[in-house]
Amino acid sequence: MRQEWASFKGGVWEKEINVRDFIQKNYTPYEGDETFLAGPTKATNELWEQVMELTEEERNKGGVLDMDTHIISTITSHGPGYLNKEKEKIVGFQTDKPFKRALQPNGGIRMAIKACEDNGYHVDPEIVDFYTKYRKTHNDGVFDVYSPEMRACRSSHIITGLPDAYGRGRIIGDYRRVALYGVDRLIEDKEDQKAGTRSNMYEDVIRNREELSEQIKALKELKKLGEIYGFDISRPAQNVQEAIQWLYFGYLAAIKEQNGAAMSLGRTSTFLDIYAERDLANGTFTEEQIQEFIDHFIMKLRLVKFARTPEYNALFSGDPTWVTESIAGMGIDGRSMVTKMSYRYLHTLSNLGPAPEPNLTVLWSTRLPQNFKRFCAKTSIASSSIQYENDDLMRVTHGDDYAIACCVSSMRVGKEMQFFGARANLAKCLLYAINGGVDEITKKQVGPKYRPITSEYLDYDEVMERYDDMSRWLSHVYVNTLNIIHYMHDKYCYERLQMALHDKNVTRWFATGIAGLSVIADSLSAIKYAKVKTIRDENGIVVDFEVEGDYPKYGNDDDRVDEIAYKIVKDFMHYVGTTQTYRGGIPTTSILTITSNVVYGKNTGATPDGRKAGEPFAPGANPMHGRDSHGAVASLSSVAKLPFKEAQDGISNTFSIIPGALGKEDMVMLDSISLDDLSFSLEPDCACCEPNLSVDEAE
Amino acid sequence: MQKEYDHKGYIHSTESFGTVDGPGVRFVVFFQGCPMRCLYCHNPDTWKQGEGKRMTVEEILDAYKKNEVFYKNGGLTATGGEPLMQLDFLTELFREAKKQGIHTCLDTSGIMYRKERQQEFEKLFDVLDLVLLDFKHSNEEEHKALTGLSQKHVLEFAGALEKAGIPMIVRHVVVPGITDQEEHLKNFGKLLAGFKNVRGLEVLPYHTMGKVKYEKLGLSYPLEHIENMDAEKAREARNIILRAFQRSISGEFNP
Repeated sequence: MRQEWASFKGGVWEKEINVRDFIQKNYTPYEGDETFLAGPTKATNELWEQVMELTEEERNKGGVLDMDTHIISTITSHGPGYLNKEKEKIVGFQTDKPFKRALQPNGGIRMAIKACEDNGYHVDPEIVDFYTKYRKTHNDGVFDVYSPEMRACRSSHIITGLPDAYGRGRIIGDYRRVALYGVDRLIEDKEDQKAGTRSNMYEDVIRNREELSEQIKALKELKKLGEIYGFDISRPAQNVQEAIQWLYFGYLAAIKEQNGAAMSLGRTSTFLDIYAERDLANGTFTEEQIQEFIDHFIMKLRLVKFARTPEYNALFSGDPTWVTESIAGMGIDGRSMVTKMSYRYLHTLSNLGPAPEPNLTVLWSTRLPQNFKRFCAKTSIASSSIQYENDDLMRVTHGDDYAIACCVSSMRVGKEMQFFGARANLAKCLLYAINGGVDEITKKQVGPKYRPITSEYLDYDEVMERYDDMSRWLSHVYVNTLNIIHYMHDKYCYERLQMALHDKNVTRWFATGIAGLSVIADSLSAIKYAKVKTIRDENGIVVDFEVEGDYPKYGNDDDRVDEIAYKIVKDFMHYVGTTQTYRGGIPTTSILTITSNVVYGKNTGATPDGRKAGEPFAPGANPMHGRDSHGAVASLSSVAKLPFKEAQDGISNTFSIIPGALGKEDMVMLDSISLDDLSFSLEPDCACCEPNLSVDEAE
Repeated sequence: MQKEYDHKGYIHSTESFGTVDGPGVRFVVFFQGCPMRCLYCHNPDTWKQGEGKRMTVEEILDAYKKNEVFYKNGGLTATGGEPLMQLDFLTELFREAKKQGIHTCLDTSGIMYRKERQQEFEKLFDVLDLVLLDFKHSNEEEHKALTGLSQKHVLEFAGALEKAGIPMIVRHVVVPGITDQEEHLKNFGKLLAGFKNVRGLEVLPYHTMGKVKYEKLGLSYPLEHIENMDAEKAREARNIILRAFQRSISGEFNP
């Protein structure tokens, strides 16, 4: 065994690249509470203060502190950058200094120029010239191939958010591999894969060999990135500090190459805990030191920044990076995957204060240790910064080494990747069905010239029949548009480094998305159960509706309408599945327009549910605002009826609630004032104590 | 009370995600009809009798069971209005619920209790897990002024619960100028110490969110001039009650 692996339990992972096997053989589940945790060190506080100052400066400058306009970002493009070299225990920035955004034009030079211009910077004209005349981008490739129909769909917003001018993201490299194996071993493995491709040079074999060569080059550059910061990462990491640093170099290399819509980290905490446990046992590091490494690592993840246009930020409401890290969950052998490191990650929210990034995501299972659940609840209450996802649901199909990309897209780390897929606006599709493919806003013929509905009042069966045809058309155009995008992204903006941290045979999820689900469900319900009158413009195009009477609304646990929502999702996926997908991608869909629902609504005319033109959609799979009148459980139940099987890329329900409505803060259970003489017992799992973790003592 | 009981309740509405009316997440049934006219009532729309949706026990429990996974650490809460105005229906509902292993909780003012009907009430007590007793005022005169009714039956009800061994969490709304005087709060603590089945105390700061409902119903809002109760002051009020409660208890146990 290599000396870096001394005292690790061996296994298949020594012979092949297999991080999961390493984790399963070596990790130590932790069932205790949070009392072992250490607070921030002096260095941590000072660094964070420096970050806060820079953040303030950045805000004062209108959101961007500095941008690189001369150097095209590659893995090795920039010299080392530091906040304060002496104090930083984990190092590395995207450019030569913190808060300076990199220039990443491979997705599209126009977007890169615009991102600079909008923030008052100008891309070096030579670079613009180069990317206009000599080097084609992903964006150019896509528009060379788009059909007029696709362009029309794009500009009328029936298909929205297409990653055709920027990086698609949603791919998670298995960054742990860098720490466990060192880069040399990974290169060896890729060389081996390349030597093992089929020998008849069919198109796919050629592409595969070229990609493997690119991956190997990227790994070699990754080694150089280590050298720039003074580390030899060709060998495995030999302690927890190195493991974090190696892993972070892997991630850093990825974000230096790619400006993806979501650049997620994976599932790293339990992996790193193995090193921490070994170091604690050997006396290599103390708990305080290990927490400091993690604090500095998380600090780096908070400082991931991309050059983006204000429109992009408007679409996603903010300047998000979706550095999602998945924590905890259960192992398929029944052991919890909670380790001390799970606590340390969440503890950064109190050591550094709350922050939306990295997007710390707890894979929740009812079987997680009680102590950890309490700690999560406590940290959530204090920071409002933890995302929770249902491990019990996802573990069934993904096992115990999957991670979340972006907000809900789950994939097995290093084994699966996703072609990110934007959204089809189904509410608009319904309007096209009614108007025979004419856009209700631009009045242009965008969809096929199917027969429009001419009656004054809408008939459910007739509308459904037309909608069925129109959604079949839409899904076909949509999938084909995505086919072009992913072909070109692979060709001109290939994720070399991230794919180098994947297995040889990768499962590709072909993600699609749905926007406006509750609008169309309620619209169809209104047509079926109330009377919906059409209001037409002078050319007979339906531009508004009048709803007479009441109808069952999605979000009230009412099967009459919930069945409609179910059917919409199921049918849409069915049609998506009938179109050939690029590279054998397995079609999935998602219903999770978490913030972009406002923009989608703006571009959609009035709908038969009574929604006025331009009014926002509900986010994701949410019921329309204010229409769920039977409380949260009924609302959630409607959402929960949607078929996860058909929408495995995720169904989101945005749910906010004022703290007071989540339970009593001010109730005193009389055991908390030590009235020993009154002998009563509260059940140990008494639910009324559960949400009241912060009940203050009476005296 | 309905003239002839037809196994249907008058229900104002149901809430599928109740988190403040008893332990855990609960399915909350708002009964229609209340004899009290508390000045600070925030649900005046539940006052009138004989209105509301007619629902059977089965319909309510069906709605409960549909989502029972949410309620496994919670249960079913009857509130209102005043559920005890529909004693037969309430008892039937809780009896069926208990049969199915559902935790039952009653949020009541206790005002409908009558010693003469003890037998009927015992049937309810047999299937009742927890009571949230909404205690309005410690002083009889003030109680009348505030609610329009005497507190006699409320005290008797609390006594009956104690005897039946049914735990209660006492709720008390503190309203500026009405229920926030120190003397009242102390007396209130002492009063509670007399009941061995008190398991918790919840002091709710008065809020004006009910106001819009009065406007909708065309009623004048009785506490027009009173502001929201400050949360910090409500906490102080709670502590006064608790201190008096504790002193009383220790007096009893360590004379």
